[in-house]
Amino acid sequence: MKLEELASKCGEWLRGSGPEPDIVISSRIRLARNLAEFPFVRRANADERSQISKKVRGKIESIKEWDHLLYLELQNMDEIDRQFLVERQLMSREMADSEGDRGVAIDTEERFSVMVNEEDHLRIQVMCSGLDLNTAWETINTIDDLLESRLNYAFHDNLGYLTACPTNVGTGMRVSVMLHLPALVITREIEKVFRSLQKINVAVRGLYGEGSQYMGDFYQVSNQITLGRTEQDLVATVNEVVPRIIEYERKARNFLINESEQDLHDDVSRAYGILCTAKKISSEETLHYLSKVRMGVNLGLIRSIAIETINKLFVHTQPAHLQKLRGQQLSVADRNIERASYLQGHLGHGGQANSP
Amino acid sequence: MKCQQCEKPATFHITELTEPTGPVMVHLCEEHARVYLSQESADSPTNALAGILAKQLKLEQTAEQLAKLDKKTCPVCGITFAEFRQEGRLGCGYDYVCFEEDLTPLLLNIHGAKTHRGKRPRRASGSPARQHRIIQMRREMQDAISNEDYERAGELRDQIRDLENGQDETVDPGSARSSVGSSEASDSSAGIQEEKNGGEIEG
Repeated sequence: MKLEELASKCGEWLRGSGPEPDIVISSRIRLARNLAEFPFVRRANADERSQISKKVRGKIESIKEWDHLLYLELQNMDEIDRQFLVERQLMSREMADSEGDRGVAIDTEERFSVMVNEEDHLRIQVMCSGLDLNTAWETINTIDDLLESRLNYAFHDNLGYLTACPTNVGTGMRVSVMLHLPALVITREIEKVFRSLQKINVAVRGLYGEGSQYMGDFYQVSNQITLGRTEQDLVATVNEVVPRIIEYERKARNFLINESEQDLHDDVSRAYGILCTAKKISSEETLHYLSKVRMGVNLGLIRSIAIETINKLFVHTQPAHLQKLRGQQLSVADRNIERASYLQGHLGHGGQANSP
Repeated sequence: MKCQQCEKPATFHITELTEPTGPVMVHLCEEHARVYLSQESADSPTNALAGILAKQLKLEQTAEQLAKLDKKTCPVCGITFAEFRQEGRLGCGYDYVCFEEDLTPLLLNIHGAKTHRGKRPRRASGSPARQHRIIQMRREMQDAISNEDYERAGELRDQIRDLENGQDETVDPGSARSSVGSSEASDSSAGIQEEKNGGEIEG
C-alpha cells in the first residue's frame, strides 16, 4: 500500500510556494460531472454503482498521461485510511463516511484527485499552493477534457452539466480559496469582513468545510452560484474578492504589530513554547497554537521555523495522520501523547531535528 | 465556560455567520462540537435548498396543488417530487426535464439565472432520449427480477446491451462527433419526451 509513503510526504499544495503564501494556503477547484446513462448516485442501486465505478476506473486507467495515478476502492479500505485521505484534502468527509461501491483516483503529487460515486458520479478536484486559481482552472479544464473524451457526461443544452443537487447545475464548478486569517479573528473584524462578502455571492466556510472559527483560523471562500456564468467569470469573482480579504488581514496584522507588538510577541511565543514542550496535546489545541505560531513566523517574530514545516504540521498532527505515521492504531489519549512528541520532533531546535 | 449541552468544559467556540438574525456564538465540548459540525456540514446545503423550496411552494401553491405536485414521478428513475423535496437531491438527468416547471423558479432563486453560459462538451455525447431509455430499462429489469419475471428481465438485459453498444463511446477521442440517433430508441421510450434543443442557447 502506497498510502504510508504519502503520509510522510507533503502535498504540493502545502508547500507554501504559490503567490501570497503567508495568508493563502491553497486554491482549489472542483467540477461535478455525471454519466448520462446512469441515475445519480443516491438513486443508483448497488449493481449500477459498481458499473459506474468500473467504467470510470477503466477510463481513468486508460489515460496514458495518468499512469502515476493511484486508484483506491474505498469500500475495501479501513477507516483510518479513509480518514487519512480526508485530512489530506484528497476527498470529502461525506465520501469517507458513506457506504457502497466508491473510489478515488489520486495524483501522487497531490495536485488533483477524482472522486467516483460521491454525490455525483465524478467529482474532479485540483489543488494549487497559494492564490493561483488560473493555474487551477487550466489544469482542471484539461483533466475534464481528457475524461469527457472518454465518457458520456449528462449535459443539457440550456442547463449545462446536470448534477444531483440543483445548487451545482450548470458549470458544476466550485472555486475555493483557503485563507489563514488569525489577525482578523484576534481583532474581531472577521465577522464584519464576511458579512460584507455575502452581498457579492461568495460563501465562507471554515477548514474542512465546517463553520468553526477555532479550527486554526482557516476560512474557505468560494462561489455560491454555478449557473448562468462562465467558468472564467466564477474564477474572476473569487479572484477579485480574495485580495480584499488579504488586505484586511494585512491591515489587522499591522495594527497588532503597531499597537501591541509585545503582547502579540508574548502570545505567539507562549504558543510556540507549549507546542515545543507539552507532553500531551489535543488536535484542536494544536490547531489553535499552530495558527499563532504560523502568524508569528509570517511576521518575523519567530525566525527559526520554515513556513512549509508549519503548514505540514497542521495536516500531519491530525488523528489519522499520526496513526499512519506511527504505523498503528492509537486511542485518543495515546494520540495526544504521540502528537506532542511529533510536534517536539519537528519544532524543537528550530524545526531541524528529526525532520524526514 | 461549560459546554451548552453537557457539563464538560467548552473547548469549541463556534460563530455562526449565516444566521439571518446576525452572528450567533455556540460553546461546546469536543464531543458535542463534532456532532454539531458534522450535522451542519452534511445538512446545510440541503436545508438551505429545502427552505427555498418550501418558501417558493407555499407562495405559489395551495395545499391541494402541493399534494398533487408531490406525487409527480419521473418516468425514468422513478423519483417522486416529494422524495426530491425531502432529500434535496434529484434522481437522474431527466428530472430536470420532467420537473422543469417546478425547478425553474428554484434555479432562478438559487443562481439568479436559468441558462448555462459556461463550457460545453466538445463532442456530442449521444441522444439524451436513448440515454434516459437505458436508465429506465435498467429499472424495469430490476422490477422484473423482483417479480421473478426472469424472461422479461432477460429480454430487457439484451435490449439494454444493444442500446449501450449502439453508441460509439469515444473510441477515437479526436473525432468531433459521435453519430448516434437511434430512432428505435426514441420510439420505445414511452413517457420520455425528447428534450428541447435549440431555444435560448448562448455562447
